[in-house]
Amino acid sequence: MRPLGIYIHVPFCVRKCGYCDFLSMPSGKEGMDDYIFALIEEIKGYGEKYKCEGSEYEVKSVYIGGGTPSLLLPDAVGRVMDSLHETFAFANDKGVEVTLESNPGTVTMASLNGYVKCGINRLSIGLQSANDNELKTLGRIHDSAAFFKAFDMAVDAGFENINVDIMTAIPGQTLNSLENTLKTVTGLGCTHISAYSLILEEGTPFYEKYSSKEGLPDEDEEREMYHFTVSYLERRGYLRYEISNFSLPGYESRHNTAYWERDDYIGFGLGASSLIKDTRYKNTAIMKEYIMSPLSRDIFSEQITLSGRDRMAEYMFLGLRMSRGVSEDGFKKEFLTGIDGIYKNELDALKRDGLILRDSGRIKLTEKGIDYGNYVFSRFL
Amino acid sequence: MDQSRIRNFCIIAHIDHGKSTLADRIIESTGLLTSREMQAQVLDNMDLERERGITIKSQAVRTVYKAKDGKEYIFNLIDTPGHVDFNYEVSRSLAACDGAILVVDAAQGIEAQTLANVYLALDHDLDVFPVINKIDLPSAEPDRVVNEIEDVIGIEAQDAPRISAKNGIGIDEVLEQIVTKIPAPKGDPGKPLKALIFDSLYDSYKGAIAFVRLMDGRVSKGTPIKMMATGATAEVVEVGYFGAGQFIPCDELSAGMVGYITASIKNVRDTAVGDTITNAAKPCDEALPGYKKVLSMVYCGMYPADGAKYPDLRDALEKLQLNDASLNYEPETSVALGFGFRCGFLGLLHLEVVQERLEREYNLDLVTTAPSVIYKVHKTDGEVIDLTNPTNLPDPSVIDYMEEPIVDAEIMVTKDFVGPIMELCQERRGRYVSMEYMEETRALLKYELPLNEIIYDFFDALKSRSRGYASFDYEMKGYEKSDLVKLDILINKEEVDALSFIVHAESAYERGRRMCERLKDEIPRHLFEIPIQAAVGSKIIARETVKAMRKDVLAKCYGGDITRKKKLLEKQKEGKKRMRQIGNVEIPQKAFMSVLKLDEDK
Repeated sequence: MRPLGIYIHVPFCVRKCGYCDFLSMPSGKEGMDDYIFALIEEIKGYGEKYKCEGSEYEVKSVYIGGGTPSLLLPDAVGRVMDSLHETFAFANDKGVEVTLESNPGTVTMASLNGYVKCGINRLSIGLQSANDNELKTLGRIHDSAAFFKAFDMAVDAGFENINVDIMTAIPGQTLNSLENTLKTVTGLGCTHISAYSLILEEGTPFYEKYSSKEGLPDEDEEREMYHFTVSYLERRGYLRYEISNFSLPGYESRHNTAYWERDDYIGFGLGASSLIKDTRYKNTAIMKEYIMSPLSRDIFSEQITLSGRDRMAEYMFLGLRMSRGVSEDGFKKEFLTGIDGIYKNELDALKRDGLILRDSGRIKLTEKGIDYGNYVFSRFL
Repeated sequence: MDQSRIRNFCIIAHIDHGKSTLADRIIESTGLLTSREMQAQVLDNMDLERERGITIKSQAVRTVYKAKDGKEYIFNLIDTPGHVDFNYEVSRSLAACDGAILVVDAAQGIEAQTLANVYLALDHDLDVFPVINKIDLPSAEPDRVVNEIEDVIGIEAQDAPRISAKNGIGIDEVLEQIVTKIPAPKGDPGKPLKALIFDSLYDSYKGAIAFVRLMDGRVSKGTPIKMMATGATAEVVEVGYFGAGQFIPCDELSAGMVGYITASIKNVRDTAVGDTITNAAKPCDEALPGYKKVLSMVYCGMYPADGAKYPDLRDALEKLQLNDASLNYEPETSVALGFGFRCGFLGLLHLEVVQERLEREYNLDLVTTAPSVIYKVHKTDGEVIDLTNPTNLPDPSVIDYMEEPIVDAEIMVTKDFVGPIMELCQERRGRYVSMEYMEETRALLKYELPLNEIIYDFFDALKSRSRGYASFDYEMKGYEKSDLVKLDILINKEEVDALSFIVHAESAYERGRRMCERLKDEIPRHLFEIPIQAAVGSKIIARETVKAMRKDVLAKCYGGDITRKKKLLEKQKEGKKRMRQIGNVEIPQKAFMSVLKLDEDK
C-alpha cells in the first residue's frame, strides 16, 4: 500500500494578520458548521473525486492546518476525524502523526482535552515571538503570557509532541529579542520548532506597508538572524532537518517530510492542494463554490499532470530543502536513469560555486547553498 | 483616367502639428471608390483581398472626393515621415507628389522641421499651400501664424484654411483647396512607361509589391516590365491602387496615377525604392533621377537575444531594407553578444524605429549596442579607415589622428530658453555660429555640433531644457580633426566589447562615470561582488561595485504552494535566460541599451 498524507484546511481566523497570505477569513458558528458538513462530504466521496481506490493507500499522517483550526470545537474535529477513519485505512494508530495547528489565544483546557480524545497527537502553536511588541507589530491576537498558558495546558492535556512556530526578520526585531524568544521556546521543552523569516507576500497589508523596506531588517541582518537561530538551536539539540524546520531527534514532522519527498497527499477543504499519482490538484478558493459542491471536479482551480521533467525538477528542489538532501539511488529508482545523465552540468556548476556538496551518494545544499536556495533550485527546472 | 481629376499630394508638418490627424480626417471625409467603380463591382475583388488577409500600411491611400464643382476627384495621399532623420524618406515621397499641404500649429507657429520640410518640398517643385491647425486651442494665434508663414517662408497664407483636425473643423475647405491649389499631373499616357518606385514591401503571397507613381505611359496585367537600375525584368501580374488599408486591383494604371504593381518578383532587392520601372518591350529614354543615395550617419550593432534567431534577423533586415533603402547592414560578431549585424541608420530615431519594427513586425527580441557615428581614423602609414564599430579601432600607437563628423544645427527656441539651450550646446562641444530673432519672441540659433554629441539623448535634453519649446534640425557639414579616445567597460575585470565606444577625451571621465553608475543599477546582484570599471587604454577612470547578493531563498514550501513556488522559480530562471553571460556575470539585455540614455540630471 502506498503511504498517504492527509491535509485538512480550516480557513477561519479571529482576524487576519498583516503578513498572512494563507487562505483564511473570519467566520461565525453557522459558517463553520456548513463548512464542516462540506468537508465531511468531500472526505467520504474522495475516491470518486480523485479517481482512486481507498485500498491503495495507508494514511501515515493527518495535518489540520489553517487558518486557525483551534477555532473548531473538539466536536467538529472529532466528526472530521471519524469520517477519515471511516474512509481510509490508517497505519496502526500509534504510528500516525496527527497534527492540529493552534493559536495561543484560542485554546482552553477543555478544548485541548477534547482534541486529544479525537486522536490529535501533535500540537502546533503559532507563537511567532516571545516579545509582545513584535507580536503587536505582526497583528497577532495573543501575547506571550497567553502562549505560556497555552503551552502549559497542552502539556497537561497530554501533548508531548509540540511544535512552536517562530519568526525572524520581524520589523523591530533584534538579535537580542530573537535570542530571548529562542530561549523561551527551548526552555519549555517543545519537540519541534519552525523558524521562518518573515516573507512579504504580495497582496498582504505588510507588502504594501513595507514596500520601501523601511523598518525591516536588511538582508544582512536577516541572514545573521537565520544563522544565529540555526546555531542556537543546534547547540540545544534541535537539529535543522529542513531549511526552516528544527526538531529533537526523531521528532521531525512526518507530514511535512512527505511533501518534500513527494509522497501522495490529499488536501480536503477550501483551496486545499493534493498530489495524487503525479497530478497536482487544487480546490477552489471561493467558499460558496466549495460549500455547494465539494465533490465536483469542476471546482479544481488547478489540475496539472506532471511530466517526467517536472517530477525530476520537483524531486530536486523539494528534496534539497532537507538537510539530508536527495539520494542518487533514490533518483535512479524513481526515474530509472542516473542523476548525472540529467543534471550533470547543473550539479557540476553548483558544486564549483560551493552551493552543493556530493557525499556518499547524497547531494545536499551547503550553508552557502541554503542562503541562495532559489538560485540552486531554479537550476533544476 | 482623366489626369485633370487626379491630385497626388502629401502632408508636411513639424512633428506633433497634426499631420496624421488631418490625414485621417481627409480619408474619413472622402469615399473609397468613384461611382463608376462601384458599379463595376470592384467590391468583390476587395472582399477577396480581405479573405486573403492582405493589408497594407497606409503608406499611400487613394480616396475619392466629390468637389463643389460637382466633379469627382481622385486623391492620392502619400504619407511622409515627419522627423529630421527621415529627410531622405520624405524626399522620396515628395517625388511621387505634385503638391503638398503644409500643416502649421496655430499656437506654436513655424518650427525647425516646418522649414526643413517646406524647403524639401520646394526643391521638388511642389506647390505648397498652408493650413493652420489647432485653432481650437486657447493659445491659438492664427493671425500671427499666417503672418509668420508669409514672412519666414514667403508663401501666400492669407486664405489658408483655419482648421481643427481634431474636432473636424474646416476640413471641407482643405478638401476644396486640394482641388484648386494642387496641380493635376501632366504626364503623357501615350509615351513609353515611366514609373517611380516610391516604396515597396514584401508579401509572402504576392512577392515584392512596388508602390509606384506613373509619370508617363500605361501598365496593366501582362505588361513586360524592366527595373531600370537593377535591370531586373518581369511580367506584370496585377496592378491596382490603395484603398484604406487594402490593395484594390484594377485593369490599368496610366500616367499621373499612383498605385501598385506585382510581378511575381521573388527577390526583394529587384524592386529598389527610387528605381524607375519601364516597359521592357518599349523602354523610355532615360530613368527618373531617382533619389540620391543617402549615407548612414549612425551605426550600431544589432544582435538577436536568442542566438538561434540570427537567420531570422538576417531575413527581417533584408525585408525591411526593401522599403527602407536608407538602412544598411553587414554581419559582425561580438564576444559578448555572438553573431549579429552592424547596421547603419540616418539617425538615432531611425535606429529606434527600425529596432521597433524588427521587434514588433518580425517578432524578434534584440540587443542593441551603443550607437556610433563614422570616425575617420588616419593611421601613421597614411591609410584612412572609416570606423563604424569602436571595437575595430586600431592600436593607438598606429593612429596618427582621428576625425569626427560635424553637423550644422539649427535650433528654434522661444526667447526665455535661449540661455539654457546655448548652455546645452556648449556642453555638447558646440561652436556658436549665429543667432537671429525671427520675431520678437523667437530665435533661430545656429551651431556646429559634433554628431556624436547629438546621437545620445540630445533631443531629450533639448526638450527638457526648453520645456518642449525648442525644435531642432541638422545637416552634415563635414569632418574635423578631434581628440578622441576609446572608452572600454570592464565587468568583473572582463572587457565587454559591445559596451565600448568612442568619446571626446574631455568627456571620457564623465561619460565613464555615468556608464558605471547606470550599469550598477541594471546588473542584478550575483553570488559574488562585481566590479564595474570604465577604462581608457589601460587606465581605469571610473569604478562602481555591484554588491554580492546576501540571500535568495524561500523560507517556506509546503504541500499547498509547491506549484506556486515552482512558478516563481521558473520566472527567476526565465529572467536569467534573457540575460547575456559575460564571463560569469549575467547582464540583462536592457543594460546594453540603457547606457545610451544617460540621464541629464543623474
